[in-house]
Amino acid sequence: MSYLEYTVKSVPTGLRKILYLNWPLVILLIGVASIGFLMLYSVAGGSFSPWAEPQMKRFALGLTVMLVVAMVPIWFWRNMAVVAYCVSILLLLAVEFFGVVGMGAQRWLDLGFMRLQPSELMKITLIMLLAAYYDWLPAKRTSRPVWVMIPVLMVLFPTYLVLRQPDLGTSILLLTAGGGLMFLAGVHWAYFAAVIAAGLGLVTTVFQSRGTDWQLLQDYQYRRIDTFLDPASDPLGAGYHITQSKIALGSGGWTGRGFMQGTQSRLNFLPEKHTDFIFTTLAEEFGFVGAVSLLGLYTLIVVFCVATALATRDRFSALVTLGIALTFFLFFAVNMSMVMGLAPVVGVPLPMVSFGGSAMLVLMVAFGLVQSAHIHRPR
Amino acid sequence: MRRNPRELEKTHAVLTRRAMLLGGAQLAFVGALGLRMRHLQLEQADEFRLLAEENRINIRLIAPARGEIFDREGRVIAHNTPSYRIVMVREDAGNVEEVIGRLSQLIELDDEQLNRAIAEMERSPPFLPVTVAEQVSWQDVSTVAVNAPALPGVAPEVGLTRVYPRGSHFAHVVGYVGPVSDFDLSRIDNPDQLLRIPRFQIGKVGLEAKQEDMLRGKAGTKRVEVNAAGRVMRELDRREGEAGADVQLTVDAELQGYVQARLGEQSASAVVMDCETGDLLAIASSPSYDPNSFVRGISVTEYNALLEHSYRPLASKSVQGIYPPGSTFKMITAMAALEEGLIGPDDTVYCPGHLEVSGRRFHCWKRAGHGWVDLQNSLKQSCDVYYYDLALKVGQDKIAAMSQRFGLAVRHDVPMSAVARGLAPDRAWKRRVHGEDWLVGDTVNASIGQGFMLASPLQLAVMTARLATGRSVAPRLIKSVNGVEQPIRDGEDMGLNENNLRKMRRAMYAASNDRRGTGYSSRVIDDTMRIAGKTGTSQVRNITAAERASGVIRNEDLPWERRDHALFVNYAPAENPKIAVSVVVEHGGGGSTAAAPIARDITLQALFGGPPPLAAYPSKDRNRIRAQQERLRDARPLADTEGSGRA
Repeated sequence: MSYLEYTVKSVPTGLRKILYLNWPLVILLIGVASIGFLMLYSVAGGSFSPWAEPQMKRFALGLTVMLVVAMVPIWFWRNMAVVAYCVSILLLLAVEFFGVVGMGAQRWLDLGFMRLQPSELMKITLIMLLAAYYDWLPAKRTSRPVWVMIPVLMVLFPTYLVLRQPDLGTSILLLTAGGGLMFLAGVHWAYFAAVIAAGLGLVTTVFQSRGTDWQLLQDYQYRRIDTFLDPASDPLGAGYHITQSKIALGSGGWTGRGFMQGTQSRLNFLPEKHTDFIFTTLAEEFGFVGAVSLLGLYTLIVVFCVATALATRDRFSALVTLGIALTFFLFFAVNMSMVMGLAPVVGVPLPMVSFGGSAMLVLMVAFGLVQSAHIHRPR
Repeated sequence: MRRNPRELEKTHAVLTRRAMLLGGAQLAFVGALGLRMRHLQLEQADEFRLLAEENRINIRLIAPARGEIFDREGRVIAHNTPSYRIVMVREDAGNVEEVIGRLSQLIELDDEQLNRAIAEMERSPPFLPVTVAEQVSWQDVSTVAVNAPALPGVAPEVGLTRVYPRGSHFAHVVGYVGPVSDFDLSRIDNPDQLLRIPRFQIGKVGLEAKQEDMLRGKAGTKRVEVNAAGRVMRELDRREGEAGADVQLTVDAELQGYVQARLGEQSASAVVMDCETGDLLAIASSPSYDPNSFVRGISVTEYNALLEHSYRPLASKSVQGIYPPGSTFKMITAMAALEEGLIGPDDTVYCPGHLEVSGRRFHCWKRAGHGWVDLQNSLKQSCDVYYYDLALKVGQDKIAAMSQRFGLAVRHDVPMSAVARGLAPDRAWKRRVHGEDWLVGDTVNASIGQGFMLASPLQLAVMTARLATGRSVAPRLIKSVNGVEQPIRDGEDMGLNENNLRKMRRAMYAASNDRRGTGYSSRVIDDTMRIAGKTGTSQVRNITAAERASGVIRNEDLPWERRDHALFVNYAPAENPKIAVSVVVEHGGGGSTAAAPIARDITLQALFGGPPPLAAYPSKDRNRIRAQQERLRDARPLADTEGSGRA
């Protein structure tokens, strides 16, 4: 069904919409964000500054933004998809030319009152555009090569721009989320099988080529892969982060070393302890119980999103919600894999917990869309 | 555009199916994450907990107090005293230059050290203390303490410094300590962790170096919590180390001081040994130097002055100086012949003033000759020809073997630096080292302690003690360690013919007490303290035939380094030997004039345990001796200032 067929009168109006919010999802988000505040308070050595307090303000702002986005009917957002995508692309191009360089990458746009990270925005607008595309595209054309190529380009262009910044983590997220959405939209299996086969082939070739005349990567790139596969081989160099992170996690044991008692984070052995590696502090101080609890909360958020998506008959709503759920999942899955030594360190924050403005605001906008889809679902 | 409801149903079914599939995959991944957490946090928890502790806890060493050194009466020779230094912590100081500016107005700062400190501060982490001034007086420490509010980050620190209260008297025996160098580390296979402590001091020379293991002690440890940058957050616990062992020497510090003073600024050395136990009562070498200046850090000019001094103040001549023993060796040549039974003590040899051996003429020191001499007369007058004759009869190998029985050419086990082995040559030695056959002339030279023969003052003292007792007395320098008496190496009987020994001793007594003896002028007239000794004058050059023809140049007319060495060995009292003494004055001229008077003074000082009564000296010497005693007393202000210690 499309929104044109809605019985618009059955959709709640005005402030009554608030009653129709997906409240369990709101509570889960507040719960996860609170864990974030707690951890930021702890890694600052028991202080609200410099991280916990700004993070709380941002979250308050984020909640407001989420509500505002939720109030606006989902069909408005559908119509905005192309515009939003184009704006995001323009911003990414602007970063390319006017961006602020920080931490070895060019990611930010200085707007005066805040620093905007367009790649974060891109994650959500790409999903909106793909969802709108497949809402518009008749089902029987979904798997035709020409109609497959169009979304592929929609994904690859921003991915390429982000990769140039360089921001490997976000590019992987964009690529995976885009691919996931196409899979959900019903693109034929064969395409995915082909891509996966080609990918595996490429990886094999890259490794096979090592040490031969036609070596595909530089030596240092191979060494990075080696370090990822065996961090102990270089404990003070590139493997330092991952080794220290595993030590922190492992020393947590069942129930952890206690709030603010984590020696690894308190004595600064952990890198980036307030951003990408904040999960290690949680795991060190609250142990297996704390770590699994957070994982459980995250899983519940994804489950609620998927449930919301499957409950709606509106194709755009369903695709956007599933896409957002997938992106959210990718965030925490990649981050946790990274700190637990299952994936290379690519710089993906822990959603809603890591210190950082852009990422949290964008996520709250995304959940605003999920809420909007929930409130404005056809009844 | 209205869509076909059936088509809508179909697409929704596809979406649901695929969403379930993807959701399932996600759940599976979440499961995998959970399992990974279980693996890290539950199964490997202990291992990682340990690693976290290793990260966090640093073990720091605490330097132990070095063992102290005392003389045989418990007087302090080396001990540790608190010393103060001023340290500065960059991050606490804030503006480093300003604080240093204020500090330099309060106390005197060494520019060189200051520049080094500033450079070090810029290099090291901001929380590490850097030494700004060392060896600071208590006065300056209190000045800094009083002005603490104006000097943020500046603090006095206390450490221990090695001090040698008797200064130069023990420089050659005890040596000195200094900071560990890279060279020191490279010489040690498995260095003690302590050596890595900055500014840790180890023995560099002498007993300090030889007994390093005993004196150093064991390190204590403290466990501290550190952060990733290495900053100490707090101390968790500490275990104190074990102080080094206190060492008591056999040396009598008063006697040692006297001997050093008596040797004065001559290039000389002397050893006083207890005949019974082998205890080294004094073991002196002059000129000496102040070991404290090495501990403080000696200046390059001062050090070069010591190195370039022609009297070699840094050398411990009593053990590492080896000299041709000259006539002091004649007892050994005689003992070898007597023990072989080739001569009797009363057999006589005619000395015409020289001996022809295979076409070469060997002179006696007395050109006119001694006429018919027996053992006693030959030793008394130090006739050379008698010993040429004996040596030719007995052969060099027997003489070399006898030398070793008397402790010559043997490296004695004394914990001092560079203890020399000396040399008692035999046929095999010359073939091995020089690749030449032993010549009869070599035997002749060696018979009177010239030629290849080399011995140190310590070895000469041991030789004399063995002659006096007939037992193989061995030198002992360490009396006790931590109050535990060290074993006396029992001087077992040498198995020599007692009759021969008695003849030998009588000859030595005659040399010192008969009117015609070479040591007569340095005799003692107190009957209970008489000495039995032998002079020695060893050539350091060959006298050429041309020189002989034109008349031998008098020793005093030669440049210092070509003059003869003066030697004297004796034991005393003659009837009941208690001590053996050897004295060597490098390039001092004749043994009877340069060495024997010193040996007599030392002997009497040792036997009386202080300045001897003038009555012990021949009456014509008394005025001179009195003046000398007064002069030496004035020259030794140290004598009673630092006497109190542990017994």
